[in-house]
Amino acid sequence: MRVPLSWLRTFVPELTATPDEIAAALLRAGLEVEQVHRYGDDITGVVVGRVLDVEELTDFKKPIRFCHVDVGSRVHEVVCGATNFVAGDLVPFALPGASLPGGFQIATRQTYNRTSDGMICSAAELGLAESSPGILVLPADSPLGADVVDLLQLRDEVLDIAVTPDRGYSLSVRGVARETATAFGVPFVDPGLLAAAPVDGGYDVQLDDPGCDRYVARIVTGFDPTLPSPPWLQRRLVRAGMRPISLAVDVTNHVMLELGQPLHAFDLATLQGAVVVRRATEGERLVTLDGQERALHPGDLLITDDSGPIALAGVMGGAATEISEATTGILLESAHFEPSSITRTARRHRLPSEASKRYERGVDPDLAPAAAEAAVRLLGELGGAVAGPVTDVDHRAPRPQLQLPVDKPGQVAGRAYDRGTVLQRLADIGCEVTGDQVLLVTPPPWRPDLTGPAELVEEVIRLEGYDTVPVALPTAPAGRGLTDSQRLRRRASRSLAAAGLVEVVTPPFVAESLVEGLGQSHHQPPRLLNPLSEEEGLLRPSLLPGLVTALLRNVGRGLPDVALYETGSVFRGAGTPVARVPKTSQRPTDEELAALDAALPSQPRHAGVALAGRRAGRAVAVGDAVEVFLALGQALGVTLTVTRGQEAPYHPGRCALLLLDGEPVGAAGELHPRVVAAHGLPPRSVAGEVDLDRLVQVAAAGGPVAAPVVSSYPPSSVDVALVVADDVLAADVERSVRAGAGELLEAIRLFDVFTGPQVGEGRKSLAYALRFRAPDRTLTDVEVLRARDTAVARAAADHGAVLRGA
Amino acid sequence: MSAPDYDPKQVSLLDAAQLEAAHAAGLAAFAAAASLDDLAHAKTAHLGGQAHVSLANREIGVLPPAAKGDAGKRVNEVRRALEAAFDQRRAALEDERDQRVLVEERVDVSLLPGAVLQGARHPLTTIQERISDVFVAMGWEVAEGPEVEHEWFNFDALNMPADHPAREMQDTLWLAPEGSQVVLRTQTSPVQIRSLLARGLPCYVVAPGRVFRNDALDATHSPVFGQVEGLCVDEGITMAHLRGTLEAYAEAMFGSHLASRLRPSYFPFTEPSAELDIQCFACRGDVALQPCRVCSNEGWIEVGGCGMVNPAVLVACGVNPERYSGFAFGMGLDRTLMFRHGITDIRDLYEGDQRFTQAFGTEA
Repeated sequence: MRVPLSWLRTFVPELTATPDEIAAALLRAGLEVEQVHRYGDDITGVVVGRVLDVEELTDFKKPIRFCHVDVGSRVHEVVCGATNFVAGDLVPFALPGASLPGGFQIATRQTYNRTSDGMICSAAELGLAESSPGILVLPADSPLGADVVDLLQLRDEVLDIAVTPDRGYSLSVRGVARETATAFGVPFVDPGLLAAAPVDGGYDVQLDDPGCDRYVARIVTGFDPTLPSPPWLQRRLVRAGMRPISLAVDVTNHVMLELGQPLHAFDLATLQGAVVVRRATEGERLVTLDGQERALHPGDLLITDDSGPIALAGVMGGAATEISEATTGILLESAHFEPSSITRTARRHRLPSEASKRYERGVDPDLAPAAAEAAVRLLGELGGAVAGPVTDVDHRAPRPQLQLPVDKPGQVAGRAYDRGTVLQRLADIGCEVTGDQVLLVTPPPWRPDLTGPAELVEEVIRLEGYDTVPVALPTAPAGRGLTDSQRLRRRASRSLAAAGLVEVVTPPFVAESLVEGLGQSHHQPPRLLNPLSEEEGLLRPSLLPGLVTALLRNVGRGLPDVALYETGSVFRGAGTPVARVPKTSQRPTDEELAALDAALPSQPRHAGVALAGRRAGRAVAVGDAVEVFLALGQALGVTLTVTRGQEAPYHPGRCALLLLDGEPVGAAGELHPRVVAAHGLPPRSVAGEVDLDRLVQVAAAGGPVAAPVVSSYPPSSVDVALVVADDVLAADVERSVRAGAGELLEAIRLFDVFTGPQVGEGRKSLAYALRFRAPDRTLTDVEVLRARDTAVARAAADHGAVLRGA
Repeated sequence: MSAPDYDPKQVSLLDAAQLEAAHAAGLAAFAAAASLDDLAHAKTAHLGGQAHVSLANREIGVLPPAAKGDAGKRVNEVRRALEAAFDQRRAALEDERDQRVLVEERVDVSLLPGAVLQGARHPLTTIQERISDVFVAMGWEVAEGPEVEHEWFNFDALNMPADHPAREMQDTLWLAPEGSQVVLRTQTSPVQIRSLLARGLPCYVVAPGRVFRNDALDATHSPVFGQVEGLCVDEGITMAHLRGTLEAYAEAMFGSHLASRLRPSYFPFTEPSAELDIQCFACRGDVALQPCRVCSNEGWIEVGGCGMVNPAVLVACGVNPERYSGFAFGMGLDRTLMFRHGITDIRDLYEGDQRFTQAFGTEA
């Protein structure tokens, strides 16, 4: 809402504060003044001049005029491109040396073969309009030579206020003026008190739907549609951010801005029969003012006459009954509609309008006759119209009375407010108050947001100032600290960073093509109904699309070695919508809560990595990703095992499946060469992803670490080299050796991998250093050799391993 | 100089002059040894089994008892002297060797083995942990909720029924198909509802997390951003407690040198409602330091919304508003980060450039 201070001051006549003081006071009261615009200070040297003569220059492609303009002290020659004036007209004339908005300087110059010694100004050039077709012709009684800035009151400040949805009354000069008067403790002159009693013979109006509880219709005749809006009216509209259109429309907009009551003007001559307010029926259509034909929805509240729908109530009028340049008879509508109905219709037809914005937030239902009266008076004064009969169909419900214990505001704020303060603040906002310890409060009709004691409490605390609320710390009961899962997730993140990976936080919106390209479609990513962009219409079912995108960005920015990780939720599948969303008047049942959760997709937290380039002095390989995840498992206290996998989007021969207790929990691998090629990734890039929630769940269930028995008996070390087929995994051989060696095996280390003719084609030799130790004795050579032999035997049985050199 | 031959028939080995000659020869040999190898040879010659002092020692046994003491003493003196000379010479030669070898083994200590990239954690992650820790230290607990949320939690239970204009305050991203009832949570406030429903009372929780809006990405807006929600519901909770808690938070996050203020505002789920502003770190509202690009000359930066929990919210969670009251707040983490670290473009947080994250290390 843009509020010109000159307008506001008419209702707060004793206000002496500066614009910045007013802005600060309103901010403190909860009206967020986003900006204070200043006008007119940048205009100098523009005076009222009279056009003495007009010479049409015909040598040019467009109409050009050469005129003499008398400014009282002397006569200036001037060249002008506008044609909407005649000799004798008074015009705003910028003298040589004048300044106009935007730093535009006027000087004497040669143009069109003449001397132009100044400029005749348009409304736009004076900052009075966004654009204007010709120059501004001033009223005939304007004094010659007078400063136009003063004459047209161009100097003004405008408060740009962001109005919160609960404060619909602030979408009017009236509402903001009331808050201003309260903030400065000065009187407020309410412009919303004009009265006009119904006069028999008014237009026939019938309310057939509770969505409209008041409808005032005023007949106006004898209106002169050729008259323009006067400068002051245009100026107010422009300053308030609206475009002047025609006198009749400008008047309705002016009243709406001033009082907050949207008005609609029908061309009386186009109406057929009684005005009926009702819901739409299936199949009805209406061409609205914007020229669009709209299919109406049975929920839409309509204004109709015998011809059918003539307006979308509270949202937009119809084209067929729109006032035109020939309109002399007007039916003015000043009505009150139910907010949620307007919200739905405006949203359904994507038609947010100045009217709907106000109706949605609640318009004062008492205001309808006053607003209509204000408009009728202006149409009379400015357009020569004659006021006709008045219809006022009034189905208003009685205003609710709220109960407020007088000490309640103090209880909420944590300080005391005396009774007088509470009563004063409630009166400031327009409440009627009776009662003693429990106040009986009737909120004013323009405050439909005041529905309970909590809202009244806010008004008292707000107007007294939030800065007067004391400061105290609540005493929380002894907390339990972070949960095991929360601690474990922190550990996971630290472990990945400790492994030399850099965390990224990528948006969860991903392109279907990328999800498909990475082979993740089978996870059934949820689709967005209204995505930010058509391309990125899915929620990520995996962290890989985000990581790959970030990897590409880093590589694209010239970083050769990249190692990224991300932890976060991924989204898979779809839930089942609940048949009936629970009410909020009580706690939902456990069944209802379970049903709400069942409506959501699955969204486990994952941890993913992506690496490219070099790491630890050599090219990254699948082992890097696997190692990072094994370390992650170790940090969490769970043991991941590795087996060969065939997962997308990995190279089928370079993919590791990560298992926890024998169940897959993730995969890592070199990205498939086709994936690398399709996305322009560095060759041999690697990636991986695990179900972090699953790891954390198992780790948290593990309980505290059981301390080991640290033996101080001497160890016995023995090396074995096992020859196996090339495709046998070292991890599998190691597992077998461990199992076969039994409890005496303290440690096993792979220290050499050898391939060559000595071990045979398609085979490899894996050399392990085994360290044996017993907790209670020094091992004998016989015991150690027996353990080694069973280990070898197990490897032989499981993988056909042969002891090298045996 | 060679060692004297052993002749058991003679006792000349114990002759004073000969002993002295052997002593002198030994000292000379040790002093002349140029290396530890030479010295080892000299030791064999002058202190070994066939050396003069060793042979002389054996002769003592055949001497008459009266002579034994004197002879033994003399031989031992020589032996000890030679041993001392040997030890001294060995120490000197070892020092020389060590000096030479250790110098030869010098390396470039700045030359590192193939370095692993410096890992780092994202500032959005670490700031969440830091904020959580501040509240955990006050006895609060950390709560969580899903990012994709049912509209009942995101709107209805927060006092935003279907046609409430407040729903329009936030551009919500909905899941397909129409009627799915499921949104990307527009705020962390649904965690308030889940906490009240699941935890019972009193309830003191913070809930950091990601939220989503249908907002185009530019330097100051992101469709994804971080928030931290706080909720305190207990008997006798007042707005004074809200102020105290927010001041503790502001001091922990921004230091005690910046002022804060509460400004009346509107959220359907709080009543009264307020915005929390922190004094602009760049200009502090000082006109002399403006125009200020950080706060657009406001002097204040908006970091979040807060207020007293609307009784309607308590009722929806089965909490008796006659007995319990509470406050809630939601702080923008991105704003907080931009503010703390002078980040000028919010996109840096979400593009995943590893140079950006690396600068933040692993803890906030």
